[in-house]
Amino acid sequence: MSETVGIWIAALLTLGIFSFLYKDNPLYKFCEHLFVGISLGYYIAYYYHNGVIPKLYFPLVRQHNYFYIIPAFLGFLYFSRFVRKYAYLSRWPMAFVLGAGSGLSVPAIIQARIIRQMQGTMIDTITFSSIVMVVGVLATLSYFFFSREHKGFLKIASGMGIVYIMVGFGATFGYTVMARVSLLIGRAQFLLKDWLGIID
Amino acid sequence: MATAVVSSTLSVPNRDSVASEPPVPPREVVARDKPNDSGGSILVSWERSADDGGGRESVTEYRIFRSTPGGTFESIGSARKGVEEFADVQTIDGTEYLYVVRAFDGVSLSPPSTSEVVVSSAQWFHTGRTNILVGGVVLSFFVLWFIRKAKRGEELYIRPIAGLEAVDEAVGRATEMGRPIMYIPGIMDMDNIQTIASMVILGRVARKAAEYETPLLVPTSRSIVMSAAQETVKEAYLDAGRPDAYDSDKIMYLTDDQFGYAAGVDGLMLREKPATIFYMGCFYAESLILAETGHSTGAIQIAGTAMPSQLPFFVTACDYTLIGEELFAASAYLSKEPLLLGSLKGQDWGKAIFIALLVGGIVLVSLGFTRIIEWLATG
Repeated sequence: MSETVGIWIAALLTLGIFSFLYKDNPLYKFCEHLFVGISLGYYIAYYYHNGVIPKLYFPLVRQHNYFYIIPAFLGFLYFSRFVRKYAYLSRWPMAFVLGAGSGLSVPAIIQARIIRQMQGTMIDTITFSSIVMVVGVLATLSYFFFSREHKGFLKIASGMGIVYIMVGFGATFGYTVMARVSLLIGRAQFLLKDWLGIID
Repeated sequence: MATAVVSSTLSVPNRDSVASEPPVPPREVVARDKPNDSGGSILVSWERSADDGGGRESVTEYRIFRSTPGGTFESIGSARKGVEEFADVQTIDGTEYLYVVRAFDGVSLSPPSTSEVVVSSAQWFHTGRTNILVGGVVLSFFVLWFIRKAKRGEELYIRPIAGLEAVDEAVGRATEMGRPIMYIPGIMDMDNIQTIASMVILGRVARKAAEYETPLLVPTSRSIVMSAAQETVKEAYLDAGRPDAYDSDKIMYLTDDQFGYAAGVDGLMLREKPATIFYMGCFYAESLILAETGHSTGAIQIAGTAMPSQLPFFVTACDYTLIGEELFAASAYLSKEPLLLGSLKGQDWGKAIFIALLVGGIVLVSLGFTRIIEWLATG
C-alpha cells in the first residue's frame, strides 16, 4: 500500500515538473517549492549529521581535541551577520575559506592539469593521431594567451585552437545529450511501467 | 631493541597439528613508515615463501599480524599469494609496532617471520611532488615579477575578450527594458577557484547595475556564497555611491541540492523575467536546464565556466561564453588592477614555458630519453 502511494506521489510530481515544458503553472510552482523546501531541509539534517556531529562534536567533546575550538570559533563568527554592528566579523571565516580554497587548489591544478597534460602529450611514437593531438594541445594553448595581441602566427595558431575546442565541444555535447536522453527514458519507463503498468 | 615472543602468543588458529606440512615462511619481513603521507600508516613487505610460485605451490595467502613490543600479536589483514606488500593504515603515530607475516596454505600457517620495530609518522614534504614544487616556484616567480612591473605603472596589454566586452551592453539592455539582471554564481562553494573568480565579475556587474539603478538578483546554492555575494554587491553599491539601493534580500540562498536549485532558479527566471542573465562559476548537469530556460525568456545571456563538459551547452544556449581560463582572465580584464594584470601576464609566461618544455620533451622522448616522463609521473 505504502509503495503504491509512493509511486503515485512520485509520478504526479514527475508530471508536475514536466508541465514546465508547456509553461509556468501552479502545479509546477507547487512541485518547485516542494523540491526546494525538502532539499533544503534534507541538507540541514545532512550537514548536521555528517559535519557538525562527526567533525566537531565528537573530536571536541568526546576525544577532547581542543584544536577544534579554532574552526568552531570561526564557524560561530558566521552568526555575527545577524548583528549589524558585528557583521564584519563574518568576513574572517570567509577569508579563511577563500584562502584555503585557493591555496589547496593551486598544487592540485598544477598536478592534474599541467603535469599530467605534459606527461600525456609527450608521446614516443609518431603517428597521425599523435601529431593531431600534439598540434591540438599547442594550438589550443595559444588561444589562451591573453597578454599578446592575436596577430600573425599567433592568430593562425589560436584560430586553429578554437577549431579544436569546438570539435571537442561538439563531441562532448553529443555524448552528454545521449546521457540525458537515457535519463529521460528512465523517467518514461517509471511512468509507463511502475505507475501505469502499460509496459513490462 | 625490544622484541616480542611470537609463536607462543599469536592469537590466531594454528593448526600445525594437521598432518600436512606447513608452508615455508616468507623471508626478509621489513616494516617501514609509509613515505610521503600524513602519518597513520606503515608498509610491511616480504619476500615470497619458497612454496609461493615454486616448491609445493601450496601458499594461498599471507596473513599479517601486529603487536606492540611485549604485547600479543593480532591479525590485521591478509594478502593474496604472489603479493609482497601490505599497508597497515590504522597505526597511531609515535607508537612502536612489530609485524609478523605468515604464509597460509588453506590448512596451516607457516612459522612466523618477524620485522624490526617500526614507528609511523607524518612527513612535511612529499618528495614525489618535487615536480609540482618546481612548477609552482617557476610560475610564482613570473607572476610576482609581472605584478611588480604592473605596480610600477608599466602598461600590460590584455587582448579583448568578446563576452566581457558585452557586459556593459547587457547591463544597459536590462536598464532600458526596465527588467532585472540575474547573476548565477554556479553551484560550488567558496573554496572553488571558479566561484572566487565569479565573485570578482559579480563586483563589476553589481557596480554597473548600481550606476544604472537596475535591480540585481543573485540566487545562490551555498550559504557561504550567498554571504560572499552580499559582501561583494554591497561594496560595489558603496563604490558606485548608491548604498541606499542595495537590497540584501535580492541575494538569496535557495538550496544546496543541484536540481532543487535548478528548479528554483528556473521559476525565478520565469517570474522575474530578467533581461540579462550571467552564468559565471562552476556548473554541472544543471547548466543546460538553466541556460535553456533563460534562452526561452528572451534574456541576453553571458556565461563563463572552466568545466569542459558544460561549456558546449553554454556555447549553444548563450549569446557569449567565456571559455575556461577566460573566466579567470575576466577578473583582470574588468578590474585592470595591477595585481591581477601581473598575474595574468605571469601565467602567460608560464604557458610559454609549458609549450617550450612540451616541444623539448617530445623531441627528447622521441629520441629515447624517457627520464622526463618518469619525473613527471612521480607524485
